[in-house]
Amino acid sequence: MSGNYLPDGVPSPHPTQDDYPFWDYCKEHELRIQQCAACNTFRHPPRPVCGECGHFTWNWTAVSGLGTVFSYTIINHSVHPALKESLPYNVAVVLLDGVGDVRLVSNVIDAAPEQMRIGLPVELVWQDLPDGMALPRFRKGGAA
Amino acid sequence: MTESVNRPQRAAFADRTSIVGIGESEYTRWGGIKDRSEYQLCLEAITRAAADAGIDVKDIDGFCSYGYERHEPVQVQVALGIPEMRFSNLVWGAGGGACAGAVMNAALAVHAGICKYVVVYRSICQGQYERYGHYRERPAGGQYMAPFGLMSPAQMVALTFRRHMHVYGSTAEQLSHVALACREHALRNPRAVRYGQPLTLEQHRSARVIADPFRLHDCCLETDGACALIVTSNERARDGRAPPVRILAAAQASNKGWGLGPMGSHNMPIEDYPSVNSKALARALFDMAGIAPKDIDCAQIYDAFTGIVIMALEDFGICAPGEGGPFVAAGNLLWPHGKLPSNTSGGLLSEGYVHGLNLVTEGVRQMRGTSTSQVADARTCLVTSGGAQAHKSALILAN
Repeated sequence: MSGNYLPDGVPSPHPTQDDYPFWDYCKEHELRIQQCAACNTFRHPPRPVCGECGHFTWNWTAVSGLGTVFSYTIINHSVHPALKESLPYNVAVVLLDGVGDVRLVSNVIDAAPEQMRIGLPVELVWQDLPDGMALPRFRKGGAA
Repeated sequence: MTESVNRPQRAAFADRTSIVGIGESEYTRWGGIKDRSEYQLCLEAITRAAADAGIDVKDIDGFCSYGYERHEPVQVQVALGIPEMRFSNLVWGAGGGACAGAVMNAALAVHAGICKYVVVYRSICQGQYERYGHYRERPAGGQYMAPFGLMSPAQMVALTFRRHMHVYGSTAEQLSHVALACREHALRNPRAVRYGQPLTLEQHRSARVIADPFRLHDCCLETDGACALIVTSNERARDGRAPPVRILAAAQASNKGWGLGPMGSHNMPIEDYPSVNSKALARALFDMAGIAPKDIDCAQIYDAFTGIVIMALEDFGICAPGEGGPFVAAGNLLWPHGKLPSNTSGGLLSEGYVHGLNLVTEGVRQMRGTSTSQVADARTCLVTSGGAQAHKSALILAN
């Protein structure tokens, strides 16, 4: 057992030609978000062109890992065999600080269902998967 | 720049085609149909739609579908002995959000003079193939969801509706009124999977939680069944067996910046997040129809989950933003006395989940005057398509 928020057996990311640097940085425990090299607009998930200015050049910009819960759900019904013993668990949409309106779908690993709320401050933690990937998850953090 | 400058010209195909035939198999809970294949149900529905239209099935010359339809036109053509296939079209991606889009494509093929009779069809046997409520791999966008346990459409829409509750003060209690309205209508509809199964407020509110705030009865059925309809020109429609139902408007759209939306990484524009991404769609649709939301007499609103209905009422301008919850809680979806009787067959929640095409056939029945919950003097029906996918479509039918 990994001790991760969700058990081994949950599908792992399969990086593509468009997004492998994002996941490679994750393996290094670095959260980097794609940023247009011309107009500095952040975008996620990674894609080859800036929808604002049309430039095909970008940088991978390191972020603080702080954020707030933008929305969440508490899941009580498993739709995957690996999750049957993990109920209930939360899924959160986390709005990251300092990168425009970029959000990550993730989990708040130390929040009980009744502690989840929109606006909850969170901070990044890394959880390694058996296949070598690493997932950006969050824990309650910062000011209330 | 004035608003009218931004408005498109009325599309050339608006109000030029009609739905002249509908056909359905029986609808059952997933796994309920074991004696025939999904392929057979598909062919039965198409055969019935042609008979309802009063045409020979061999007169069909175009084929439109969407979502994950398995039975491609050449398979249908060979099985039914159809001599000519002149048009084939499957809307890209979009799942149930493409349903009305498939009807739009049929209307376009007819209006362009390519086809005389186009069939729109969808067959789903969730017992013979996959269950839509279970996890399945989503090659586009899936890796930003599944590793974190976000795996089903109910869970994805729970996130957008939770935000709607936060922004507008809508409540989980309001959701129950959507489920109850659909069930009330299903009790009058012998085709409905939930026919004969009343649902009380207490049963709704005490049912198990699926993905908070959605409980069991906030989530649509998983169904075995098939559905089809025939589109032709308004001129040919006059000679049909049944009263023609005009396609006053048909549109597809997605707002700026949505990408895959709730079925992706949830990076839709923040101000637009608590919605079903149908504001641009509603503008296109009503512009094309030349009527306003207040002119709609009844509606079939894609109800994969109750929360979608509340957000759709707002996106389509039936209600102001934030007023969808109070609107449904006041009983306004209920036949016969609600302000907008909706999902009058029981909808996807209580009639059956045929990826939304059964909402179109119910819209046709309303315009023919043959619904089991017939809205008196109904002249127009709004039909919307789509749940968790960003890509949405809709129709306005008229008689």
